[in-house]
Amino acid sequence: MADSEPDPDALRRRRERILRGFAEAVPHNRALGIEIVELGDGRARYRLPYDPRLIGNPETGVLHGGAITALLDACCGSAVFNALPQPQPIATLDLRIDYLRPAVPPHAVVASAHCYKVTRNVAFVRAVAYHDDEADPIAAAAGTFMVATKLGDPARRKPAGGGA
Amino acid sequence: MRARIGEARAAGDVDRLIQAVPYARFLGLTAAIVDGRVVVTMRYGDHLIGNPTLPALHGGTLGALLESAAIFELLWSSETIVVPKTVTITVDYLRSGRPVDTYASGVVTRQGRRVANVLVDAWQEDPAQPIATAHAHFLIKRDEPDGDRG
Repeated sequence: MADSEPDPDALRRRRERILRGFAEAVPHNRALGIEIVELGDGRARYRLPYDPRLIGNPETGVLHGGAITALLDACCGSAVFNALPQPQPIATLDLRIDYLRPAVPPHAVVASAHCYKVTRNVAFVRAVAYHDDEADPIAAAAGTFMVATKLGDPARRKPAGGGA
Repeated sequence: MRARIGEARAAGDVDRLIQAVPYARFLGLTAAIVDGRVVVTMRYGDHLIGNPTLPALHGGTLGALLESAAIFELLWSSETIVVPKTVTITVDYLRSGRPVDTYASGVVTRQGRRVANVLVDAWQEDPAQPIATAHAHFLIKRDEPDGDRG
């Protein structure tokens, strides 16, 4: 309130720190070994290191599709969260994943998600998972998320008047 | 894998298939045959949580459970001789996943020579109130010497 002209860089750093804190607090992300590569406005990049615990086909050592699903879901959720004007609870409504080719062991999988539209109730997001080259993806995803779910925030304040 | 699938089918022990998959063990999955269908259980564990405030299961764990249940239903009931490869899966999240055991079971809606379609539900207390559903397409391979191998 006293700062009439906050430093935009400081605000951005503070925001990224808060967003990173939320992302790092997710137990399942930690269990999978997910690393947060970068977070930006409506964008997120996560990295899943190869881990023998996540193998789906014991004959080939290829990661289970479910692990890629979890990575993409987490990364999409983070991109949506980063697109919101202030932190609000969100919930996945649906997520479609196309598996374009198998992940190659023992390489890490990177997911890159972009939340390209946020409305009052719903956020829309796209993502890809890849090894080294985003233009040569392993999987592509499209999802929608509910914004400001009543669940999840017991202390949820009434939105200030005029909110879109 | 072919031998392992055959052994499990012969022994009527679907859980043997599941325990061969490291990621299924990571999630805490077990399987049993109920009324002729594979029912996969995801035992609750704190590492499955996505939202610690609620708390609620991570959406990815439900997606993974649904995908696994679909794959095990195919391994069990179809004639595929390879582990089905997921082509596409769409998950609808209907309710928040509470921190309790979750069950999933699939139905093979169409099985062609190369591709199979599976519908699968996940529920907690009441199968009539699913918390998530999915439909998925898988590439499969049947044991047909003259069949299409693609």
